[in-house]
Amino acid sequence: MHCVSALHGEPRNRRGGTLQRRRLFGGRRDVSRLYDRWFHFTAFVLKGPYYISANCTISDGIISEDGAVLFKSATPINDFLLTAYQHFQFNYPKFYKMDNLSKLGWLTADLLLQNTFNKDGYKSEDVGIVIANANSSLDDDLKYYDTVADVASPSLFVYTLPNIVMGEISIRHRFKGEQAFFVQEAFNADFLYRQVSYLLDNDLVQACICGWVDVLRQDYRSVLFLVEKTKKGNAVLFSAESMDTIFNGGFE
Amino acid sequence: MDKTGTAMVKDVFVMADNVYSPIGKTTAENFINLKNNISGVKRHSQNEMSSQPFFAALFDDDQQIISNGSYTKFECLLVASIDEALKQTDINIRDDKTILVISTTKGNISLLETEKYSEALKKRMSLTTSAQLIADHFRFKQKPIVVSNACISGVLGIITAMRLLRSGTYENAIIAGADVISKFILSGFQSFQALSPGVCRPFDRSHNGLNLGEGAGTIILSTNKKYAGRLKIKGGSLSNDANHISGPSRTGAELALAISRSIADAGVHTEEIGFISAHGTGTVYNDEMEANAVHIAGAGKLPLNSLKGYYGHTLGAAGLIETIISMESLRQDLFIGTPGFEVAPESHRINASADHRSIKADNFLKTASGFGGCNAAAVIGK
Repeated sequence: MHCVSALHGEPRNRRGGTLQRRRLFGGRRDVSRLYDRWFHFTAFVLKGPYYISANCTISDGIISEDGAVLFKSATPINDFLLTAYQHFQFNYPKFYKMDNLSKLGWLTADLLLQNTFNKDGYKSEDVGIVIANANSSLDDDLKYYDTVADVASPSLFVYTLPNIVMGEISIRHRFKGEQAFFVQEAFNADFLYRQVSYLLDNDLVQACICGWVDVLRQDYRSVLFLVEKTKKGNAVLFSAESMDTIFNGGFE
Repeated sequence: MDKTGTAMVKDVFVMADNVYSPIGKTTAENFINLKNNISGVKRHSQNEMSSQPFFAALFDDDQQIISNGSYTKFECLLVASIDEALKQTDINIRDDKTILVISTTKGNISLLETEKYSEALKKRMSLTTSAQLIADHFRFKQKPIVVSNACISGVLGIITAMRLLRSGTYENAIIAGADVISKFILSGFQSFQALSPGVCRPFDRSHNGLNLGEGAGTIILSTNKKYAGRLKIKGGSLSNDANHISGPSRTGAELALAISRSIADAGVHTEEIGFISAHGTGTVYNDEMEANAVHIAGAGKLPLNSLKGYYGHTLGAAGLIETIISMESLRQDLFIGTPGFEVAPESHRINASADHRSIKADNFLKTASGFGGCNAAAVIGK
């Protein structure tokens, strides 16, 4: 038990284990299988490992889930988001009222969760969301401020906060758990990994949607991960490395 | 690990703090003015921000924040607040163990009002640009973290820092929050018809809207045991209403969940909490939701205040400013009242008063809620 105490709460490395655990196995790839088995064996006393059950990316006119392309359309962003919504035959009238950041995050989350996620397996307060981006809500800020000289638009003003996209995803899926929105220059997998691991380690959430949702005018990129405590199907180990790999185009 | 087999959670101590507002440039100066019922909320007319008069707590143009031409007003506020707080400590902020957390809702948005949008302006307006400028000013080594989560940003900043310190990622954290009121923000709240025509009256039956305010707040935290004996950030929790993006929960159950979880995280009993520093914006929907939430969480009998009548709603700074004033209440045994409060609506079961009260408390609960359905709660105490 003394050993567990020493491991608990230590800074984690990018491969999903604590620094101590990695050192025990020298961090070499040839022992990765043993390393994984050891993880499973110790899971009942140690925290983690956790798994990315699904991932969904929307970028450059392409929507892909777990690496497979679901939809392609090389049109400007407004048209692209609408065509994608229609393509997947969603029926959610609130979508039309959303700003592009919320539309993008909403679509990504819906496609992320549609096949893999067992909503009934979780209490609504046990699902968390952690999202970051670079441009905050600037895309909608510009549109809102254009209306101020004439008649300021309350329906645009409400989207001048980046966390509204998490609110829209929460309303859709009844997620009531832990949430946080961060603004960063670029996708920071290490930071995200630490944030989400803390929530899972401390049982503040049992599942977490995390990632990046960013829009500015015609530039957009959204990558969301579903992180769960049990391994399902083709899930990959939740780590900063695996998030970086997926963010940068997926596993080959 | 203690004898019960649960992992020991590191204590997170409060080393220093600062409130930088229209009514004071230090926590002490602010607290003296609150004791004397001095409010920063005033009527503003013939202002370039609005064709109609409005009530808000704003810095006067002649209030010199700091003189540095390369920083915006938003950044000047943060620098001034952090600088004053750092003077109270002996920590080395230039090491790997110290992290800066900036919380804000709109940062430099006012630049959009005076300059034409361009790539250069986009870069200058970015929250990460401001955060890095401030980090460079003080020569922080670590890249700063920016929290932007509507009106809970300040409390979320504190909770984020508490967790990073508990997990041993860093030893010290400086959390600083600020927002500046300009035409962009004012026009938005006006378009929502959320502003009170006079000074706001949180939790009173005649409440009819909020006042905006500007200011900054800074809290410096450490897990270093040499600060044992200081106040501690004991616990915190976040939740979402999953109900509406611009209106609060109908029941308050989700804020109640954050309250209960933060109390559990702190390892205290509700009876050990002396008072609640509520969000209390003064809008009918917000106040009603909060009154319901504290009742559901079993904390309805605790004395509760809102400081919005003194500071207005300072957005990303609100959670920090209100937490710092409440910490001063613990230190000075004086609970600050809620200006403008007389009688609660019949449906509200809350324990508020306009007057300050002498109080002996070990802990308080801070709550905040905001657009997007977000809620935050934290427990701070001795």
